[in-house]
Amino acid sequence: MRNFLRVFLSRPIPLVGLVIFAVVVALALLAPLLFARGPFTIVGMPLLPPGAPGLLVGSDVLGRDMAVGLAYGARISLLVGITSTLGAVGIGVLLGAVAGYYGGWLDDLLMRVTEFFQIIPSFVLLMVLVAFMQPSLSSTVIGIALITWPQVARVVRGEFLSLRGREFVQAARTLGMGDARIIFTQVLPNALPPIIVVGSMMVGSAILTESALSFLGLGDPNLLSWGSMIGGSRSAMWVAWWTTVLPGLAIMITVLALNFIGDGLNDALNPRRRR
Amino acid sequence: MGWDRRAMLGAAAAGVFAVPSWAQAPGTTARQRTINAMMTDEPAHLNYPLFNTRIMQEICGNINESLLLFDWQFRPHPNLARAFEMSPDGMTYTFYLRPDVRWHDGVPFTARDVAFSCGVMLPQLNPRSRNAFSHVRAIKVIDRYTLRFEMKQPFNAFLLSLMASSAPMMPAHIFEGTNFRTNPYNFKPVGTGPFKFNRWVRGQFIHLTRNDHYWRPGQPGMDGIYYRVCPTPEQRLVAMESGAVDLAMADDIDTVVNSRMMANPNVVARDDAFNGTGEITVMEMNQRRWPFSDRRFRAAFVHAIDRDFLVKAINFGLGKVATSPIPSNLPYHDDKAVVKYPFDQARARALLDEMGLKPGRGGVRHRFGLMMIPDGGGHWTRGCHYVKQALSEVGLDVELQSTDWPTFSRRSGNWDFDVDCNSYGQYGDPAIGTARFFLSSNIRKGVPQTNIQGYSNPEVDALFHKAAVAVDKAEAQHLYSRLQHVLTRDVAMVWLFERQPMFFYNKRLKNVITGPNGPADGFGSVTLS
Repeated sequence: MRNFLRVFLSRPIPLVGLVIFAVVVALALLAPLLFARGPFTIVGMPLLPPGAPGLLVGSDVLGRDMAVGLAYGARISLLVGITSTLGAVGIGVLLGAVAGYYGGWLDDLLMRVTEFFQIIPSFVLLMVLVAFMQPSLSSTVIGIALITWPQVARVVRGEFLSLRGREFVQAARTLGMGDARIIFTQVLPNALPPIIVVGSMMVGSAILTESALSFLGLGDPNLLSWGSMIGGSRSAMWVAWWTTVLPGLAIMITVLALNFIGDGLNDALNPRRRR
Repeated sequence: MGWDRRAMLGAAAAGVFAVPSWAQAPGTTARQRTINAMMTDEPAHLNYPLFNTRIMQEICGNINESLLLFDWQFRPHPNLARAFEMSPDGMTYTFYLRPDVRWHDGVPFTARDVAFSCGVMLPQLNPRSRNAFSHVRAIKVIDRYTLRFEMKQPFNAFLLSLMASSAPMMPAHIFEGTNFRTNPYNFKPVGTGPFKFNRWVRGQFIHLTRNDHYWRPGQPGMDGIYYRVCPTPEQRLVAMESGAVDLAMADDIDTVVNSRMMANPNVVARDDAFNGTGEITVMEMNQRRWPFSDRRFRAAFVHAIDRDFLVKAINFGLGKVATSPIPSNLPYHDDKAVVKYPFDQARARALLDEMGLKPGRGGVRHRFGLMMIPDGGGHWTRGCHYVKQALSEVGLDVELQSTDWPTFSRRSGNWDFDVDCNSYGQYGDPAIGTARFFLSSNIRKGVPQTNIQGYSNPEVDALFHKAAVAVDKAEAQHLYSRLQHVLTRDVAMVWLFERQPMFFYNKRLKNVITGPNGPADGFGSVTLS
């Protein structure tokens, strides 16, 4: 663990990612304290430029404070990114572990199901799922989890396939451990590093996916997210650049930070590149 | 019959086009005589009466014509009918058709087509026509070019119901005896208009080409029209600014960038092109459900909304606060008769208190859903977001509900909503466009764009019926004034603001808008300037 931290923190890029991510998390957590009125309160005329009295970064097409919107948008982006990734990792680990550990017809069956999800264009599937469940925060999270789990399942299955024949697994079996116990206490901890790397990358892509969905008007209309800020202001792009550029930058910086972190984790956890 | 605006335009245009085509100014090639317009999304077919929406009016207005045209004062002028007579008691209307009109396939246009359109096809397909022609007892074909409408009772909006956007003439030889919904000509429409259908490439464009045998001399002034699919608002703005398209109609350009379009020296902006429709943006409430059934709640709802701010800020100054179910620029509007509901949050709170809706946890008095129209984040969506904010100030918690078109139609038609946002058009006369939303006889489950609120008031029913058949104009005005009073007193609907859709065109074109029906009258008169 100490070795991992030393490698992870010794490079500038993961460190930068971590700092940016910490700032975004702090902003998201502090938003209700900093801006008690909430992101939907109309504070003045629409499309006031950054620097207008009382408006640090201007107002949007409805006369709402963009700064408040950006802070509250961070909450939604992080919430969706993290919860949908947890959901996807949960499904992926379970199915991947079972498929990889048992092999045989069960593996075939589960991998065909996984492939079924992988061959459908995932964003189209997501739009159908969300429209079917009515656009809301929970339908967005469930939808993103449902389209991203196959990636995790594949990785986990591969790890389990290579680990299940190792001596420590045979030893555990000889000691009389049940399958479930072997899977969760013996094999899974050894398969964790790639899952962590994939998961950290998936948070970023889930944020992007949520933004795309909200941009198209399929997000929860009662919550302000960075994507819905861009979607709602896209027609004002030519008269008020800040309404689209600022939430766009927020998405870009956050996703970039998560990718930096993911890269750092990969370097620190990958035995082949650790040196 | 009065002054014929179109005939004069036609004569002017004929003068221009007496020049042989090879003698045109250099650079005026055939390509430049094409009008490029936009479609926000593609219609499912081109059967005008079957799906009478704005985009259909903009396309099919060039293909299918009406018997009469209307000027800015809504006075009738000849079109396919060269003359008409009305009996003094308003019980018969006789139309004399032009003998020189042919359908695009060469078949002559006759009284049979009119009798079929007004007697069969329009009443079956178009709800507005069904209402208007229900006053007709019989349509008698007198000879090949003459026919007479005999009325059950005098219906004073009858001529207005023949406006192009409501009553396009359809070819009897193609539709008679067929299933109107599945007829193959729904995808290659045939009309009498200045342009005829040429080609439809799904997902890309619809192309109309000039009708060389058009009956009006000197028209059309252009060789063809392309309607191109342009689904996103920013794409449409760029297309218009770069000159890639010549026309931007109604919802094509978002009101946010209106000022930018107005400032463009290459673009002409018209705010009167949709006067004939006379649209009001409204919120409809499901009055079967409590508390929407309580007049005090509806009044509080209106008092809580700063509609001035809504027009000035949210809609960037386009439009006007609506005080009546009848738009202020149309006949019968009476500002003195209406009950007004100015922005007054204290009054709104008092009304809610009075009906027992006291603030509960978090100051919330009541929670309900607001179903939004799927306009892609346009002015309706912004209006809904504003209303949600405004109502939260008086303790009403609104849940915004996104929809797609099928969901919106299904839920509104089946009364599965609390409040929705929409617009309705008066189409010249309250009996044609407005009555349908308030008559208790028009509460029809499963049919959107009817009295989906479930509003029912016997006095309103009686007033609409009497006003529609009043022979005397002053009597009709009296009845409509009373109606406006009753409807506003009841807060029968939330009238937010009168819409003023803009029509932009490139200044290389002229004679684009010739009457209050705007693009629905077709682009036959358009020429290069």
